[in-house]
Amino acid sequence: MDYRSSEALLGPEPPAGPRGEDVLPPSVSAAVKVVIVGGFGVGKTTMVGSVSEIRPLTTEETMTRAGVGIDDLAGVEGKTETTVAMDFGRISLNDRLVLYLFGTPGQERFWFLWDGLFEGALGAVVLIDTRRLEVGFDVIGRLEERAVPFVVAVNAFPDAPVHPMAELRAAMDLPDSVPMIDCDARDRGSSRDTLLTLVRYLRSLIAVPPETP
Amino acid sequence: MSEPRRRWAEGVPDRLYTVTEDRAPTTERAYVDLVTLVVARAEPEAGTRPECAAVLRMCQFPLSVAEISAYLALPVSAVTVVLAELLRNHQVETRAPIPAAELPDPELLQAVMHGLQKL
Ligand SMILES: Nc1nc2c(ncn2[C@@H]2O[C@H](COP(=O)(O)OP(=O)(O)OP(=O)(O)O)[C@@H](O)[C@H]2O)c(=O)[nH]1
Ligand SMILES: [Mg+2]
Repeated sequence: MDYRSSEALLGPEPPAGPRGEDVLPPSVSAAVKVVIVGGFGVGKTTMVGSVSEIRPLTTEETMTRAGVGIDDLAGVEGKTETTVAMDFGRISLNDRLVLYLFGTPGQERFWFLWDGLFEGALGAVVLIDTRRLEVGFDVIGRLEERAVPFVVAVNAFPDAPVHPMAELRAAMDLPDSVPMIDCDARDRGSSRDTLLTLVRYLRSLIAVPPETP
Repeated sequence: MSEPRRRWAEGVPDRLYTVTEDRAPTTERAYVDLVTLVVARAEPEAGTRPECAAVLRMCQFPLSVAEISAYLALPVSAVTVVLAELLRNHQVETRAPIPAAELPDPELLQAVMHGLQKL
């Protein structure tokens, strides 16, 4: 019962759990999730934070990789553990349903760290920085492979070159059916509209099921 | 909205546990999603392991696996081990997320939309 006994595991400052205002009502019975995916520094954490009702939290997973010294015969010492963090936030949709938003790096190797990150998701927002479009190519291809529905949000950085949407769409080889939207991840309204664009798109997919073999 | 949600909650106990073979044979992990909601059904007792007690204390109200991981500063994989123990001892219950690999139903999307519009 006393926290001191858990210091070894939990550290000297025991986490108290959610603050009073961050507690969900007992009536909440289900959660859904949306993944915000994009390259480094594209604004994932900013977007999560601008719409979240809780201060964004960080969940982590450890990645074990073979060390660089392949001649090293000591198996355990030859491996390095890297901790990879993923920020997330929460939006209470009504008294029974909550939405979680996860901001995850674009590299696929990170996705496997969190079981079922995309598998159970409603869909994804791909955040694009027009100064580094190539990061988006990879992400889009992988989401298509996994049949995860997504929209593309173009984060407006001040020094970024301005491209017409049609040009960006062509550059990314994005089908006309996939919505693209300009956004400012720092702005709550803009981030909310981006999420609404995704939900409207999901609704359209139900109304007119895509032709699949 | 209550009908589909009751449906999502059904059939869950069958798939709550999974045993990972690549780990120590005794290491059981709960089969949970990042957004599975956990609610405590018991108070921590004198002999309760510290990390189990911490989960019980913070889950007086529904809390997602991701939040538990964040507040405990433990990787999700470690949290699933703790949850497996708590589930086995019936000290927590879980509220499953909406099943994967299904088209979300229109009512659900409507609810998500309305919720977002209130922001
Ligand atoms: N002008 C502008 N700046 C932004 C926008 N979104 C984010 N930023 C800024 O870009 C920087 C990086 O944003 P983050 O939210 O940390 O990006 P991230 O994708 O989480 O970055 P990593 O987690 O490091 O990969 C911050 O300084 C933000 O203030 C935007 O829409 N417009
Ligand atoms: Mg970030």
